[in-house]
Amino acid sequence: MKLTEEMLKALPDARGHFGAYGGRFVSETLFDSLMTLEREYKRLRDDPEFQAEFDRDLAHYVGRPSPLYFAERLTRETGGAQIWLKREDLNHTGAHKVNNTIGQALLARFLGKKRVIAETGAGQHGVATATVCARLGLECHVFMGEEDIRRQSPNVYRMKLLGAEVHSVTSGTRTLKDAMNDAMRDWVANVDDTFYIIGTVAGPHPYPLLVRDFQSVIGRETRAQCLDRTGKLPDALVACVGGGSNAIGMFYPFLTDESVELYGVEAGGLGIDTGQHAAPLSAGRPGVLHGNRTYLMEDENGQIAGTHSVSAGLDYPGVGPEHSWLKDIGRAHYVSVTDDEALDGFRKLTRVEGIMPALETAHAVAYAIKLAASMDKDKVVVINISGRGDKDMQTVAEIDGIEV
Amino acid sequence: MSRIEGVLRTLREQGRKALIPYITAGDPHPDQTVGLMHTLVDAGADIIELGVPFSDPMADGPVIQQACERALRHGTSLRQVLAMVKTFREKDDATPIVLMGYLNPMEAMGQEKFADGAVDAGVDGILTVDLPPEEADEVAPLFTARNLDAIFLLAPTTTDDRIRAISEHSSGYVYYVSFKGVTGAGKIDVDEVAANVAHIHELTALPVAVGFGIRDAATAAAVGQVSDGVIVGSVLVDTIARNQADPDQLKRALSDLLHPMREALDSLPS
Repeated sequence: MKLTEEMLKALPDARGHFGAYGGRFVSETLFDSLMTLEREYKRLRDDPEFQAEFDRDLAHYVGRPSPLYFAERLTRETGGAQIWLKREDLNHTGAHKVNNTIGQALLARFLGKKRVIAETGAGQHGVATATVCARLGLECHVFMGEEDIRRQSPNVYRMKLLGAEVHSVTSGTRTLKDAMNDAMRDWVANVDDTFYIIGTVAGPHPYPLLVRDFQSVIGRETRAQCLDRTGKLPDALVACVGGGSNAIGMFYPFLTDESVELYGVEAGGLGIDTGQHAAPLSAGRPGVLHGNRTYLMEDENGQIAGTHSVSAGLDYPGVGPEHSWLKDIGRAHYVSVTDDEALDGFRKLTRVEGIMPALETAHAVAYAIKLAASMDKDKVVVINISGRGDKDMQTVAEIDGIEV
Repeated sequence: MSRIEGVLRTLREQGRKALIPYITAGDPHPDQTVGLMHTLVDAGADIIELGVPFSDPMADGPVIQQACERALRHGTSLRQVLAMVKTFREKDDATPIVLMGYLNPMEAMGQEKFADGAVDAGVDGILTVDLPPEEADEVAPLFTARNLDAIFLLAPTTTDDRIRAISEHSSGYVYYVSFKGVTGAGKIDVDEVAANVAHIHELTALPVAVGFGIRDAATAAAVGQVSDGVIVGSVLVDTIARNQADPDQLKRALSDLLHPMREALDSLPS
């Protein structure tokens, strides 16, 4: 399917659907809040004052534009296409997540909400939310699975230092999906004064829309920078996909550029055939969870399956509905790499370029190296370096059997 | 006329209020559910809401979350829940059964297969917590064609336009969620409920049953006074959790909890 600007403008539709996906599957108590959020966002989206404040914060607080860096040595060692890195890891707080929390916190302020809640997996979104709340003087509560609190302890302490209250989630699998359940439960109880800053392009409409809009700065900058530096558009974009916010932010401004191949890399865990993974687009089927219809990992009875990934931020059984749509229409390719491959990608980028990626990002790195190796030298591959890896040192050290 | 409509009409003619207990199917064990359903009827239930366990019950508090986890540990599937209703129907052809749950297990079975299975088992109504009428245009005709009542939630945050629209999509009764929160949380504000239910009655002719926060005879009576029925969930499920080791004691405990509610409702001036 050839996508046009007109087709993209019509999505999501009035009910928040991207083709068969998306929508607003929530309990009735939240419905009115979602309608209000949608109405206000659509108004503010075209408000020059709101946009100017967002752009100003991205420039002076986040430090945008983030560089597009030519990984010369990695390119030489790989021996194929040129590998370029979009350095979202250099943003304030160390990941792409802050682009979205800046936008949503501004919305919260415009809506007069004083209390903010968020879910987090790896802790990057929690840190990014706690950061903007500190700056705007908003009360901040972050829900995080007990298992993730254990494996991402540096980020937990960062959130606490920033003044956020971190709620340990002990239900279900004690990871990101359960953190999102508990955040939804808190929101239902406190819907009058609370703004829920969702960290990924999933959730009920209008969240997939507004997170995508706020993250699209990544792709817009990449497009301009690539044209400026290489004189042409990239041939391939590679980004990791958990919920899919950094990938959609990178892909969206390129959707109508047919020559640009898009690769979303899911967490293959111990291998797709083991069932121990977090790759709903690669191995799941459509269902409904967390307010939207999308590809999910579930058992034959419709119960959501436990997931596994070495990276907490990808350890999620669903994915943003727009990715489900892009998969079905064939505009983007969704692939997976295993834990071991991702760890190799982590070590490779660290040792060859002196850039330590987050374990989530390492999935994109690992796939991009394979991809670039299969392409001609005049081609350009851009990897979205969605986050930095400092938070993962404990995980990697444990795997290496080293105590830090 | 559906079984639900019939029961609610008779109650209205008698000037009585509906007592609607909720339990999660498969909790504490799938073998006990049918027996517990009969216990609920013997203790005065007019309609039973039978929960279909789900791995991610976002609208529920810890009590019902844990009930789902217990039921799922024993592998309780939607298919099994339908079989439980079928077994229940062997001895009870009068008490309406409403399945209450989340959309994904129903979609995983296939909506048409589910609707057929529900009718075949003797289910009367379907309440899907995370399915607003806006997203129900595919499934609603399947239910209507089979005379299954589609029951939707109304909340304190529901606007008048939506109350009207949701009521138009509903049959049997509408379920008014008494407070903003998850099941089992918070304290019910009876005056606020009274005002809101009276307002809903102005906008729809359907009976209004009220759930969330009803935990004893006093709250049942207070809410029954201003509505057409009360739904009792978490306090029953909590009783199941505390008595799961002793099946006979569990039945007695559930009876002891429901009986005073029945009596309190029946003592209300009609």
